Amino acid sequence: MRAADLIAFNLRLIERQRLRSALLLSAIAISVMAINLLTGIGEGGKQFVLGEFNLLGKNVLIMLPGKKETTGAIPPLTGEATRDITLRDAEAIARLGNVSAVAPLIAGKMEISHGTLSREAFTIGSNRAFFEIRQLEVAHGKALPQLPFEQSQAVCAIGSKLRKELFGTKPALGQWLRAGDSRFRVVGILKDKGEGLGFDMNEAIIVPVANAQALFNQEGLFRVFIELRSLDGLQKTQQRILALLKERHEGEEDVTIITQDSLLSAFENILNTLTLAVAGIAGISMLVAGILIMNVSLIAVSQRTREIGLLKALGCPARTVALIFLSEASIMALNGALLGILISELLLYVARGFYPTIPFTTPFWAQFGSALIATITALLFAAIPAQKAANMTPVDALLDKKAGQA
Amino acid sequence: MTGPHTMIELQQLCRSFQIGDQCVHALDHIDLQIKRGEYLSVMGPSGSGKSTLLNMLGLLDMPSAGEYLLNKTATSQLGEEGRATLRREHIGFVFQSYHLIPRLTARENIELPLILAGIAPKQRKPLIDEVITRLALTDRAAHAPNQLSGGQRQRVATGRAIIMKPQLLLADEPTGNLDSASGREVIELLEELNDEGITLLVVTHDQNIGDRARRKLKMIDGRIASDSVTNSVATSTAL
Repeated sequence: MRAADLIAFNLRLIERQRLRSALLLSAIAISVMAINLLTGIGEGGKQFVLGEFNLLGKNVLIMLPGKKETTGAIPPLTGEATRDITLRDAEAIARLGNVSAVAPLIAGKMEISHGTLSREAFTIGSNRAFFEIRQLEVAHGKALPQLPFEQSQAVCAIGSKLRKELFGTKPALGQWLRAGDSRFRVVGILKDKGEGLGFDMNEAIIVPVANAQALFNQEGLFRVFIELRSLDGLQKTQQRILALLKERHEGEEDVTIITQDSLLSAFENILNTLTLAVAGIAGISMLVAGILIMNVSLIAVSQRTREIGLLKALGCPARTVALIFLSEASIMALNGALLGILISELLLYVARGFYPTIPFTTPFWAQFGSALIATITALLFAAIPAQKAANMTPVDALLDKKAGQA
Repeated sequence: MTGPHTMIELQQLCRSFQIGDQCVHALDHIDLQIKRGEYLSVMGPSGSGKSTLLNMLGLLDMPSAGEYLLNKTATSQLGEEGRATLRREHIGFVFQSYHLIPRLTARENIELPLILAGIAPKQRKPLIDEVITRLALTDRAAHAPNQLSGGQRQRVATGRAIIMKPQLLLADEPTGNLDSASGREVIELLEELNDEGITLLVVTHDQNIGDRARRKLKMIDGRIASDSVTNSVATSTAL
């Protein structure tokens, strides 16, 4: 039997049994769609989170107070300090060879007001280097001035949303605003950038770190970002920083340094597991579709027993009979898979429209894999009925009295 | 015993079925020779083994014992694939219940054996056209089986049986579902084909149909009770 004739023969059958075909097609389409949608969402989420961390360069170390023994899980993001990291510690680190920049960080919520308008905003105390390390761009004005760590100056940079909320349509640059007991002059307005590491920079205010110490009445630093000149000496530099801090903290190693890589790999592990779990759930729906295919094929075999008998009487070999059933199943599976992929792409396109910051895309392996799995599932589950049909003796199949007469 | 024109030879052929504890001998040591171009009818009461004999000759069933030689090929040696090839190339079937595929048109039903044999569409067309014209089905060719009368359906089934130009045409109660006019029409068509050289074997209940054949087999309890040739001219030409 020629391939074109085989396809034509099956298409006739599929067309004739519209309802049955539509049900089967939608079952396959839904399971393929589930795989694609779920991996698409999983991948989108993963890319989003990884993108967030990538805002920091690879050559940036993050130091936090406190030492925690970790067992390969996420590094401690909230360390319990036995001893504060001071600005002088940060200065000492900045003098190390491979270190190109150091940005100390103190952060908290603070009531910010201008005239009669006031609101609570995320207040960051840091320095000029912070802008570079966090890749913050200034839309108007300029970044914080280059100052020695311990020198305070009453200037600030604010996020675009905070600017709008406090100043409305009026110009903000050069204006004074009040934070707690202090007054700051606005020297820069940040470019709209969205969230980074969970901080919404659009709603933040950045002041010199020494001012923040006074504002929060706190000497210890919350974080220190350390930018290295090159990645080569990363391990060594990390050791040197730890040694330096140990020396400065009377022989006690009470800080934790995390690297971009350790953070990323920890998150990537979690997210990969999540994507796989989600794909597994979708796989179950594929199994359900497979069993449906088998049931439908078994019913088809028993309904078409007389036809099978006829085909055999006409000299159709057993393998052609099996091929007819298998090819019908794979035509359904391929079309169902295609439909499923199209629908999932459409839905992800709509989702990207609603959440432009999250890159919802199904990776190629998921699309290809789901179509492949659908086809293999269809073939596997159709194999038993097909074999059953092929193995019937012609006379038994012809004499089947269950089917109606044509 | 076996002449040069012998097409079919059954040697001590048996077919038995196990029904419960009982062993039913549907065919009980049958010896039979059929020459090319013969016209046989097989009659006998229900359960006498007529249909089993036809299925056996059509290679649709396997003997329990004995041998069936088709064109001197021992068929018991063949596997299902080999038997399928013989069926495809040498044997046409006409069934009582037509066995047409309902979703295919009359033309497509006739075309089916050519499709299964893997013949190219270009070569198929003239063959089908010829058969359709021959069977006077030209204006019914595009109809589905359920839009055709019983006689027309059986003509379509006959067209399908002869499209591969078989040597042997086996008809199992071909008129069983038809009124007498349609039945006569169908049997005359089969006889015409026999006149053109095809070997025809008709299994029937109908004495009038059975009597038309030149050679009449009567079966009782799985044995051939009588084998009579009425027309000596036919036998002599066959010899």
